[in-house]
Amino acid sequence: MGQSLTIRNLDAWYGDNQTLKGINMEISANQVTAIIGPSGCGKSTFVRCINRMHDTLPGARATGEILLDGESIYAKDPVELRRTVGMVFQKPNPFPAMSIYDNVVAGLKLNGIRNREKLRTAAEKSLRMAALWEEVNQRLNYSGMSLSGGQQQRLCIARALAVEPSVLLMDEPASALDPIATLRIEELILELKKDYTIVIVTHNMQQAARIADSTAFFLNGELIEHGPTSEIFMNPKDKRTEDYITGRFG
Amino acid sequence: MKQNRVKESIGDTILRLLTLLMAVSVVGLIIWVGWQMFASAQESIHTFGWSFVTNRVWDPVKQNFGALPFIYGTIVTSVLALVIAGPIGLGVAIFLNEMAPAKVRSVISFLVELLAAIPSVVYGLWGIFVLAPLLRDHVEPWLAKWFGFLPLFQGSPMGLGMLAGGLILAIMILPTIAAISREVMAAVPDSQREAALALGATKWEMVRIAVLAYAKSGILGGVILGLGRALGETMAVTMVIGNRPDILPSVFAPAYSMAAVIANEFTEATYNLYLSSLVEIGLILFGITLVLNAFARLLVWSVARGPKGGHLV
Repeated sequence: MGQSLTIRNLDAWYGDNQTLKGINMEISANQVTAIIGPSGCGKSTFVRCINRMHDTLPGARATGEILLDGESIYAKDPVELRRTVGMVFQKPNPFPAMSIYDNVVAGLKLNGIRNREKLRTAAEKSLRMAALWEEVNQRLNYSGMSLSGGQQQRLCIARALAVEPSVLLMDEPASALDPIATLRIEELILELKKDYTIVIVTHNMQQAARIADSTAFFLNGELIEHGPTSEIFMNPKDKRTEDYITGRFG
Repeated sequence: MKQNRVKESIGDTILRLLTLLMAVSVVGLIIWVGWQMFASAQESIHTFGWSFVTNRVWDPVKQNFGALPFIYGTIVTSVLALVIAGPIGLGVAIFLNEMAPAKVRSVISFLVELLAAIPSVVYGLWGIFVLAPLLRDHVEPWLAKWFGFLPLFQGSPMGLGMLAGGLILAIMILPTIAAISREVMAAVPDSQREAALALGATKWEMVRIAVLAYAKSGILGGVILGLGRALGETMAVTMVIGNRPDILPSVFAPAYSMAAVIANEFTEATYNLYLSSLVEIGLILFGITLVLNAFARLLVWSVARGPKGGHLV
């Protein structure tokens, strides 16, 4: 099951440059929440704070509070946290030295699971969830790099799902893909929200309109508006949101 | 069918031929050197045949020559160097690339690379006056005390010997291994590291599955390059290995390497068979290096292929 997120007064910096300013936001469980906004508005930084990937960069820091089902993520070991909050990146990044199968079970092996039967079952389950099983089940021992871009991205989704996280962060997961592959990823996201809370950063407003239950608009590191997707697109409360979604800037 | 090829300009033709000539000259040089050695070694090859590489005796007075002790000494010291410098070089590279803050990184990598700039005769001197006494008085007695049940660490501690040779070589090839490993690790895209971290990898797990796995063929290449350097190194080894053509199991024992015997006895080779035997040792060293490099290519190539249908850089 998915878990909910509560963000309170979140500030984030790269060196002296503040990229997030006092973000307060509720993200509901088992929903797709889209983060939209122009380049450099802090969208990526925001999702990278949720699994504490932001902290791994030199000179980067964050203050404030992020609660996962009421528990502070800062009280957890980042390594543990990332097994609960999975992430899919903009560019597909399968491990090139590993086969398709080894890519999927990489996270489980890190968790110390060695039982072949278990790994096998989990791999099939994850690949099915990522809608990739039918395409690769005959060549699981092939390199992940032998797949097309869209398949590689679904492989990365399967890899993230295999460790059974409760939240899945997606940082523009379809921006490097062609329209058909994008469509498949979007269908997949709608399928996945039954079991996961999904936060997706996207540049593409139509994409947000198609798949997100709620949408948040970021501008210059601030959260301008967050609400049900239909409301944000049909009836935005803030002038800046309206300007952005009608294409006046960004 | 008419081919619409762009006509090559005269300048391009000259450039093509000139660069071709340069490329061919390298190949030609290798063949020429090999052939020359083969020709000069004829007398020894005819006299001893294959027994030259299995004969353990090297006796210029009785005109009896065998290369086995030198092959043995070269291989043992080189392997010793690789066993010591391989893990350390890799550790240095991992620390510099993945752990160290930027300031520390540039200082330490400069110092490591400085090791490569020290002339080998200086290493030899340091080996004789510092390393050998240290080994004789402290390291070797300690090894003999705790690991003396192994034939490797038996016999009297002398300082000068295969252990000293191996250690000197290890220091000399360390910068090669560290610098190449560091470069190939730096070429690993950050997206790979992030992929591992996002799966809940610890720092070490991240290094293992994202960095080392990605860079392994390059690292292997660096290690082999280091081995190649160790096999051919002459001066420093000559000064510390003890220069005795013997085959003893203990690494404390003095030995002799192929490069060292050529350098030491070249001027003393007063008759043709003696000289010819030295050249044949050179030919064997040449052959070993060629075979090793070919093997290394093969290894790097097969590792780089990774799983089916894939390719690493």
